[in-house]
Amino acid sequence: MIEGMNLEIAAGEFIAILGPSGCGKSTLLRMIARLAEPTAGSITIQPETQFQTSFVFQDAHLLPWRTVLENAALPLELMGVEREERHATARTTLQQVSLYEAEDRYPAQLSGGMRMRASLARALVTQPRLLLLDEPFAALDEITRFRLDTQLRELWRKRGITVVFVTHSISEAAFLANRAVVLTKHGGGIKLDRRLDLPLERNDDLRMDPRLGHEMKVLLSAMEEE
Amino acid sequence: MKRLRSIIPALIPLLVVIAAAELAVRNGLVKSYLVPAPSSVLRAIIESRAELFGAFLTTSASALVGFLLSTVAGIAIAVFLSSSRAIQRAFYPYTVFFQTVPIIAIAPLLVIWFGYGTRTVIASAFVVSIFPVIANTLSGILSTEPALRDLFRLYGASTLVTLFKLRFPAALPQILTGLRVASGLAVIGAIVGEFIGGQGLGSVVDVARTQQRVDKVFAAVLLASVLGLALFGLINLVSYLTLRRWHVSEQ
Repeated sequence: MIEGMNLEIAAGEFIAILGPSGCGKSTLLRMIARLAEPTAGSITIQPETQFQTSFVFQDAHLLPWRTVLENAALPLELMGVEREERHATARTTLQQVSLYEAEDRYPAQLSGGMRMRASLARALVTQPRLLLLDEPFAALDEITRFRLDTQLRELWRKRGITVVFVTHSISEAAFLANRAVVLTKHGGGIKLDRRLDLPLERNDDLRMDPRLGHEMKVLLSAMEEE
Repeated sequence: MKRLRSIIPALIPLLVVIAAAELAVRNGLVKSYLVPAPSSVLRAIIESRAELFGAFLTTSASALVGFLLSTVAGIAIAVFLSSSRAIQRAFYPYTVFFQTVPIIAIAPLLVIWFGYGTRTVIASAFVVSIFPVIANTLSGILSTEPALRDLFRLYGASTLVTLFKLRFPAALPQILTGLRVASGLAVIGAIVGEFIGGQGLGSVVDVARTQQRVDKVFAAVLLASVLGLALFGLINLVSYLTLRRWHVSEQ
């Protein structure tokens, strides 16, 4: 599905990958996460030390039989961290996504936005160096999405992690990322690779800022040209 | 009180049918050697209570053991089948044998293998009730959400950990559906086994039939359905207790 792509991502970047459905965005993300192997070519990570990668899916995909706390602590549990330690870490992480008071609730008792926040907490609980997100907020209403966008951006700034964010929303890509990559419809070529000229601090005021509008226009025309 | 009121609608047709049967038999519309009056069925239950109660316990024990065996074996077989697509292709078609086997035809064979008595009855209950456990568990295990499998892989979970922390819990609603079907079948299997070679409600029916005691046949059949209902209720209780917090079927 992806051919002839050459993409370098530096540590600490917040990169948005844009493209129409079926262009291979998700496959690319799964290959970076080593969940899928490229049939040809390679993915190199430097330096080659082991580091934690986390993945946020399009839907929250929580385990419905576990509470929010147990869901958030799951990655640590799978990595063999002791119960008390992993619960303490999970609580701190839930606080960061403002979900602390819901730790005993089950996913069925949460709203869509809360579920997504729990999913985000689960991804962050391992203190990942690389965070991969596959259209994570696509199913949410706009207000909730704006709030989560801002929170995600905050987390990136505070923790200095590398974020690869796959989306088909031009406004979300422009608002969140420092660098946006637009893929071609077929074959996984790169149409545009652009460093966005926007301030480091992103808040709701920026949503109405003409500079954001300008960036969106550039991305849109790249997506539209055949 | 609310629960009590909710069963009233189900009781009305029952009472109507009982009253109609009683009237029909008393007025000679239906011969009592074909359908006994409900009152004579009740009398048969009271008169033969010791025999019927003993038979009920015997059948219950056999059906329960057969059911537990098919639960354990059925889940184990499903796990084995789920381990690879090749294994599934090689063995799954043969498990369908259990689904299609005419139990009444192979029951005499079971007697030859296990002799007259409880072991044959348990084997019969086991054979007819294992397939729904295998089929439902397998389908539950195989339909685990791919994203969640990715998640477990990402954090280096082993096959065994993934089985117990992801695949089993995710398959639980379907496993319980299999067990519901299996519980009724186990009772049927036990009764059939007793017809051919055992003691219990099945043999009570068989003996009463040869004595033209239709009322006693009905009494035994009634108790057999009570047993089926009780097992079904037990599974429902387990299902409610395990799924109520997270699965739509129990909310």
